[in-house]
Amino acid sequence: MALPGLVLLLAFQYVPLAGNVIAFKDYLPFIGIAESDWVGLENFEIITGGDPRFVNALGNTLIITLVQVVLVFPIPICLALAMNSLVSERIKRLVQSVLYLPHFLSWVIVVAVFQQFLGGAGMINNFLRSQGWDTFSIIGDPDAFIPLITAQVVWKDSGWATILFLAVLSQVSTELYEAASVDGAGRWRQMWHVTLPALRPIVVLLLILKLGDALSVGFEQIILQQQAVGLQASEVLDTYVYNNGIVDQNWSEAAAVGLVKGVVGVVLVWGANKVAHIFGEDGLYRT
Amino acid sequence: MSTITPTPARRRRRRPLVGGQLPPSPAATVVKAIVFSVACALVVLPFVGILSTSMAPPEQVSRAGGLVLFPESLDFSAYQAILSGGIVTRALGISVIVTVCGTLLSLTVSSLLAYTLTRPALPFRRGLTMLVVISLFFSPGLLPTYLAVQSYGLLNSLASLIVPTALSAFNVIVLRAFFGSLPSDILDAAEIDGASEIRILTSIVVPLSKAALAVIGLFYAVGYWNAFFSALLYLNDSTMWPLQLVLRTYVVDDNAITGYDLAAEAIPAQPSLQMAILVVSVVPILLVYPWLQKHFAKGALTGAIKG
Repeated sequence: MALPGLVLLLAFQYVPLAGNVIAFKDYLPFIGIAESDWVGLENFEIITGGDPRFVNALGNTLIITLVQVVLVFPIPICLALAMNSLVSERIKRLVQSVLYLPHFLSWVIVVAVFQQFLGGAGMINNFLRSQGWDTFSIIGDPDAFIPLITAQVVWKDSGWATILFLAVLSQVSTELYEAASVDGAGRWRQMWHVTLPALRPIVVLLLILKLGDALSVGFEQIILQQQAVGLQASEVLDTYVYNNGIVDQNWSEAAAVGLVKGVVGVVLVWGANKVAHIFGEDGLYRT
Repeated sequence: MSTITPTPARRRRRRPLVGGQLPPSPAATVVKAIVFSVACALVVLPFVGILSTSMAPPEQVSRAGGLVLFPESLDFSAYQAILSGGIVTRALGISVIVTVCGTLLSLTVSSLLAYTLTRPALPFRRGLTMLVVISLFFSPGLLPTYLAVQSYGLLNSLASLIVPTALSAFNVIVLRAFFGSLPSDILDAAEIDGASEIRILTSIVVPLSKAALAVIGLFYAVGYWNAFFSALLYLNDSTMWPLQLVLRTYVVDDNAITGYDLAAEAIPAQPSLQMAILVVSVVPILLVYPWLQKHFAKGALTGAIKG
């Protein structure tokens, strides 16, 4: 009974995992993986040698990750704190229903929506033009690319991301708040001494997971918008693997980058988990 | 004894507590009301604009040069044009087929695997469970996956939109946790009565897990419906395109929709057509959303705690 599932798991997880050997070969599609020559670590020179396209992709990836951790990560926490202290249950549920929705829309839809509103011929620019005011160009401007994709991520997922924080907050014992209040703690001190410490484990957990994903940022989101802004501004490691591997047919080089990316991700999660243990947090797992 | 005058701290203590917390101050309430109103408007307004434009009369759309917020009258010619045959209609059909078949396949395969992993009689149970868990941590990467799909002869077939993503290890683990939490007495009783494993699964486990299966099924369905990249990667033939790829071509990349693409004789204004395609691709999500929303908090939590 488990067979169909195990076959799928092997065929689309473990066989491809083994397929990563092409990173150590000179893979030529017409002779296949097995017949292609072994070349050792030659394909990895693209990384060690600092190939400009690779370095650009790596740089963009790291900048976008940094922006997303610093600017995007705290937003759902703030939203959850504000929602948690909403007095009316009904308003709380209404706000949640509306803000969770964009998470379930595809990136194609999200990008289309942003274009329709912020694009050169979008609604807001049309309005500005009809009033005789200056228009702006955000879509298609390489300098505005990172703010644009950041705004899209916030729009799509910050509501949804509150769900975990809210679940944790609902578990906080009311006795803790009552005790704090008896001790004379005001709103801010309650938040500082009760609410925020309750959130710490989940924040640590999510940061560890985020770190594991540090080298993969918004693949579908970015590939949809690459044409408009060019590769210099928008190439990240995932799109580099796609563009260099599948579009330009440099299979083995791109696979080498993909492999290093995957390994670094696993090492980062493992390392971050160790660091979390040193600081006395549970982190992702305990062994 | 002199009377005790209450200190400010004491007075504060006497205010009604909400769940143990002090109620927010009026200023904080105002700030929150503004923040949440703006946030909700930012989500809702785009959809109002899109829906209005798709139904606005062509003169109004061309006057506005794009989106309109309030249609002067209702005009469904854009929907007639895209749904009366041609590339959008076909893509819609393909997306529906892929979503329905994919979800059924995913649910069947995932529950079979998840259920088997909860059965003590299964040989190598621990090892097989580890196989599922480990795959969560190691993504095989884009190129090796593509080469595998190619070597199985799936390229350029609708199966390539379903089979490679049919099994989500994460969903298997969530389901396994759920099945494992069912009272084992019932299962044992059925076994003693001579029920086969398949019988136990279909007559006992599945009926008891309807809600969990529905949530997992909906998550799979949303995934299939929204998938765009697998179609871009695996399909060369544009007659097999699902709706998301059509949406990308005609709305995101803004290619003109011509009479060649549609079966209709009269082609309505481009913005109306584009927005109608957008609406058609959003509506199924909106239809399942209330249902999804009722259950996903539970689902997400199970995954977070037991995954």
